[in-house]
Amino acid sequence: MTEDSNAVDGAGEDGPVNIDTATGTPAEGNFPSRRGNRSAPVLQVRDLSVDFGVDKEWVPAAIGLNYEVRAGEVLAIVGESGSGKSASSMAILGLLPSNSRVTGSVKLNGREILNLSGGKLRQIRGKDVAVIFQEPMTALNPVYTVGFQIVETLRLHNAISPDEARLRALKMLELVELPDPEKAFKSYPHQLSGGQRQRAMIAQSLSCDPKLLIADEPTTALDVTVQAEILDLMRNLRNKLDSAIVLITHDMGVVADLSDRIAVMRKGVIVETGTAEEIFHNPQHEYTQALLAAVPHLGEGTDGNEGVDVTAALAAAAHAELESVDAEELARREASNKAALVLTKAESVQTLGQPVLELIGVAIEYPKQGRVPAFRAVEGADLSIYPGQVVGLVGESGSGKTTVGRAAVGLLPVAAGTLQVVGTDITHARPKDLRNLRQKVGMVFQDPSSSLNPRLPIGESIGEPMYLAKVAKGAALQKRIEDLLDQVELPRSYRNRYPHELSGGQKQRVGIARALSLKPQLLVADEPTSALDVSVQATVLDLLQGLQRELKFACLFVTHDLAVVDYLSDRIVVMQRGRIVEQGTRDEILRNPQEAYTQRLLAAVPLPDPEKQRERRELRAQLLAVGEE
Amino acid sequence: MLRFILRRVLQVIPVFFGATLLVYYLVFSMSGSPIDALSGGKPISPAVVAQLTSQYHLDQPFIVQYGIYIKNLFTFNLGTSFSGRPIAAILANAFPVTARLAVFPLAIEAIFGVTFGVIAGLRKGKLFDGTVLIVSLVVIAVPTFVLGFLLQFVVGVKLGWAKPTVSSGAHWLDLTLPAVVLGLVSFAYVLRLTRTSILENMNADYVRTATAKGLSRRRVIVTHILRNSMIPVVTFLGADLGALMGGAIVTEGIFNVPGVGNTLYKAVLAGEGPMVVSIVSVLVLVFVLANLLVDLLYAWLDPRIRYA
Repeated sequence: MTEDSNAVDGAGEDGPVNIDTATGTPAEGNFPSRRGNRSAPVLQVRDLSVDFGVDKEWVPAAIGLNYEVRAGEVLAIVGESGSGKSASSMAILGLLPSNSRVTGSVKLNGREILNLSGGKLRQIRGKDVAVIFQEPMTALNPVYTVGFQIVETLRLHNAISPDEARLRALKMLELVELPDPEKAFKSYPHQLSGGQRQRAMIAQSLSCDPKLLIADEPTTALDVTVQAEILDLMRNLRNKLDSAIVLITHDMGVVADLSDRIAVMRKGVIVETGTAEEIFHNPQHEYTQALLAAVPHLGEGTDGNEGVDVTAALAAAAHAELESVDAEELARREASNKAALVLTKAESVQTLGQPVLELIGVAIEYPKQGRVPAFRAVEGADLSIYPGQVVGLVGESGSGKTTVGRAAVGLLPVAAGTLQVVGTDITHARPKDLRNLRQKVGMVFQDPSSSLNPRLPIGESIGEPMYLAKVAKGAALQKRIEDLLDQVELPRSYRNRYPHELSGGQKQRVGIARALSLKPQLLVADEPTSALDVSVQATVLDLLQGLQRELKFACLFVTHDLAVVDYLSDRIVVMQRGRIVEQGTRDEILRNPQEAYTQRLLAAVPLPDPEKQRERRELRAQLLAVGEE
Repeated sequence: MLRFILRRVLQVIPVFFGATLLVYYLVFSMSGSPIDALSGGKPISPAVVAQLTSQYHLDQPFIVQYGIYIKNLFTFNLGTSFSGRPIAAILANAFPVTARLAVFPLAIEAIFGVTFGVIAGLRKGKLFDGTVLIVSLVVIAVPTFVLGFLLQFVVGVKLGWAKPTVSSGAHWLDLTLPAVVLGLVSFAYVLRLTRTSILENMNADYVRTATAKGLSRRRVIVTHILRNSMIPVVTFLGADLGALMGGAIVTEGIFNVPGVGNTLYKAVLAGEGPMVVSIVSVLVLVFVLANLLVDLLYAWLDPRIRYA
């Protein structure tokens, strides 16, 4: 049985058998490029190299890139930070800063557009080639309305009256499925939600019917459910508009969801290109293989955790029948899921001792500031963490998950209920009382760059808590710092380095070492890996898991990423709008999610596997349809 | 929007009372009797002293004196100066002069400061940028009175291009030199602020978006960069307008401008309490209004704070 579920789940890595291809189920919308393959490429890139001038030397950002994109086709350029994926794509439109040098050839419909003169390039920008940028809050001008910005684009490239432009802009806003186009037209970017802003951005980009669309990390700044909506939108638009799309991303899940062909970039070089199927099922280059292995799969079996077929679990919960999966096959997967759940229930009945963190009916308020009224960020939260347990706290932005994490270390006052940490009731604790408590609780923060003092060598950052708590001094302190560096697998010689000399992953290792320096009973980790590249994230998570098993501290792991939680946690707590909507063991949540919100959240996580993602997408559509009824 | 304005106008009330109370108290606690100051130290008869004491309510406790003063203020009875002229008339003469001497330099610093700042920001590291930075540093470093005397002597006396002092009418043309002196220092600040702000905004994401839309460089600068860059500059200009309306004591002194600064300076020296408090009251109002103007401009420039 275990083997079965592994075969299904592990198909991406080692299982050559794939359900869909085996059953020959037709796949909707998967090969629109067939139509385009016969035509000439819209974009043809040859020997494209980008260098940046740093200290009077040329530092290469992209070296000799070759690729092409046809109409109606999505080419994904995947790579981690510093791979040159963004720089090379911005170079196509001459959007790089002036200290850059671009060589090679870029042909748009057969016409060379690299290093065109200003005026000719401007005619192409926005009209033939449009860009969707990463962060719609900063990519839209904050002082103009969405309507103004779209009309500006329209009137620049088309000889039309303001009224006509207005009508076309409204039509575009309707096309990107904004609920109230009139209102969105008149809104300033800050008045829209993140997803709405990105829709507005897409509307602007598509307003002049571009032949080529460059989407630079279009969903990175968004919540998973919003991301899933934007990806749906882009897929629909791709089929409607027949533009060529270059999708730049670091997220393999996004890639699997949208792309026909994939180019994997590393250190400025394309190491592998192929169709989505080829890359996901039969990656040739070792970097591609490593990248795929590093992506946390939701439901993937890890040592200690058995694989879960989330799609089947969701299908069971929603009583859904999927077109892309054979009914019998789905029933079998559901059954194996249920059996595994019964098994783990039996295992989980064991004594756990006194909880390390206990929240009973806790409400947390941000106090009133001037005319801004007090804001209750968390309401009626019940949550317990027992020694040695890892609890994943998941939720989207604004769900109150970080607030709970902060309150657990006494950084925010409790407005109602009781909060116990390591046997102490801190509900009404004064700041002085908390000082002792903080020695028993460690915290790892989200952004490793800003949470380390830039003027302290990292050895001092790690040693400071121990020095302040007077647990070690002099040679003993130095010894302890070295031990901690060993534990987080950093060279001891790094102790005299400053944070800016370290990479993001190394900085986060320092953050972990600092949090563990006082041997805390509880570690609160607030999105510790969300600022890191996937491959770095994987190593940091491994490290954290190893340390947790070795040192047996309890851990509250706050994150928006369900796959990360799945990888680490014994229990999962799901928050929505300040309330805990569902909690249970990892298996209970993944195999048998009860709440509609949990189901939607699970269904929105993109899978780094094109076929499975298709199943998941169909399921998600059904879940949403049920929700609307 | 209307509520925002209303709230800001209502803020004037506590600010007004707080400021007048404080200044009244400071003047009240100044050493020496106002009657001595009035008589110029000459002996006067006890009967006159008694009469003056009751006329100016000098025998009353501080808070009653303040109350009577405020009551008079609201009936537009500002009283008379020690020289016997009505204070209202003195203010009516001084304020228009100072208003001209505030608007003139403000225009200079806004027009030249912003223009030069934009050019310097757009051409960072080029000759113009470097020159302008050094010159503005020199202007900031040299004290106003040195700059004032220097300009007065060179331009006014040696070259004779402008009048070295201001006649009692204080026409716009007369005010050229003091206005340039007043404007120069703030001009340097406005320039640097604009330059920094432009540089910051030039690398913003929305500027890249604007470029990617195919807009010309000129349109990107004027429509997208400039408006965002003006937000901090407008704050500075507004604060500066308030400061300029308060009168520039040193500069008005050098060029003998019959403005608020000069009048206030003389009143303080003479210990003329009612006069000082009256001028300060009007100044408080001017400050608050200037700030309101800035906030409104601010809200127009930056919609993000419009409904806050």
